[in-house]
Amino acid sequence: MYAVEYQKAKSAADASGLIAKSGGRALAGGQSLIGAMKLRLAQPGTLVDLAGIPELAGIRVESGTLSIGAMTRHADVAGSADVKRTIPALAALAEGIGDRQVRNMGTIGGSLANNDPAADWPAAVLALGATVITHQRRIGASDFFKGMYETALAADEIITAVSFPVPRKAAYVKFPNPASRFALVGVFVAQLADGSARVAVTGAAPSVFRAASVEAALAKAFTPDAAKAAHVDAAGLSSDLHASAAYRAHLIPVIAARAVAAA
Amino acid sequence: MGIAISMTVNGAAVSAEIDPRTLLVDFLRVNLGLTGTHVGCDTAQCGACTIHLDGRAVKSCNVLALQANGARVTTIEGLAGSGELHPMQAAFKECHGLQCGFCTPGMVMSAIDLVQRHPNADEATIRAQLEGNLCRCTGYHNIVKAVQQGAAAMSR
Ligand SMILES: Cc1cc2nc3c(=O)[nH]c(=O)nc-3n(C[C@H](O)[C@H](O)[C@H](O)COP(=O)(O)OP(=O)(O)OC[C@H]3O[C@@H](n4cnc5c(N)ncnc54)[C@H](O)[C@@H]3O)c2cc1C
Ligand code: FES
Ligand code: FES
Repeated sequence: MYAVEYQKAKSAADASGLIAKSGGRALAGGQSLIGAMKLRLAQPGTLVDLAGIPELAGIRVESGTLSIGAMTRHADVAGSADVKRTIPALAALAEGIGDRQVRNMGTIGGSLANNDPAADWPAAVLALGATVITHQRRIGASDFFKGMYETALAADEIITAVSFPVPRKAAYVKFPNPASRFALVGVFVAQLADGSARVAVTGAAPSVFRAASVEAALAKAFTPDAAKAAHVDAAGLSSDLHASAAYRAHLIPVIAARAVAAA
Repeated sequence: MGIAISMTVNGAAVSAEIDPRTLLVDFLRVNLGLTGTHVGCDTAQCGACTIHLDGRAVKSCNVLALQANGARVTTIEGLAGSGELHPMQAAFKECHGLQCGFCTPGMVMSAIDLVQRHPNADEATIRAQLEGNLCRCTGYHNIVKAVQQGAAAMSR
């Protein structure tokens, strides 16, 4: 790891200021960033620690929405009675991230800012049409994810929370790579409060995306059979040593059907 | 470049000046000489470096020492307070839950965290919750048995 300076921020605005001034980077749980720094894939001159900032903490339920603070750890989402009561699919998704030690440190804000092509949280945010809230503005899910490890965030912009509209029903199923536990294909399906069907896929392409053909099938009938009968084109999907694009294209309706059955 | 930190490790207050990039596992092993916490992979995969940070199991090779500033840290050395083994350590010994012992400190620290949160964990839960700890020797069978026996002993 290259040498690095360290500063602790008092508020989201303070963190943003420290990052702007130093050209540094936010540190949340460190579960992605520290590994990247060890590999020298990331070399921020300064780490600005977000730990302990009150406005980034907490889970709140308000009139039809569930809001999760950016520094909420995966383990705390998984164990939250409020999450289990309002959108249980999110508690299950959080419980399926990595392993318990990773869940004890990693945060929802860090996962979204990182936008790993195989991360789980982006699928939930996109399928539920959630809003990413920063210290400056609100960003709709469809504008947030820009590409591989790329988001709409400015370099000094801090996510403070994510606000999820409570759906009628939802579920997430991932087909994990057995070694890394990241998704080879992960599908989040939701029937939103207005009755519309939304399907977001992670792990299969450079960034999370909505599966239009599966959504169209589920709009007619929100059933596993309808999802399974949808055709997903392999063009644009990822091919790597774990799976070909054709295999991933085949998996998407299969996993979507399992998610619909679980919703 | 040095930056001051202090924390409580196994009940004792410690403080030091460190390079900000110091990993928690290196702080424990090198600065404090607590070599019971092992480094197997150094890439957050194997769980050999698992310790408790404010009571929660984390991989200390993937945490900066500065992230533990002001916190309460427990390592494997902190379990057997008065010379008597912690019930989970005793269960690993009794059930032959180890062979070479390299993964064992991390297994025991994970197991205690998992029992604290799932006191009545069944075999499937134990296996799922130990996903972040790899053992090259035992085949896990006796580890799971040890966790079950340790859990029962901890509830007594
Ligand atoms: C062994 C292992 C297995 C894993 N398995 C999975 C898995 O199955 N599924 C999955 O989804 N993830 C997995 N992860 C990743 C894990 O979920 C990380 O916790 C997460 O990707 C990053 O969160 P963090 O809080 O650790 O962020 P950090 O590593 O601290 O930061 C990541 C990035 O986000 C930025 N950042 C952090 N917080 C904010 C904020 N509030 N505002 C703006 N920018 C911010 C940082 O500057 C950095 O660029 C795994 C990680 C490991 C080590
Ligand atoms: S040494 Fe930390 S997880 Fe392997
Ligand atoms: S006992 Fe040898 S690695 Fe687990």
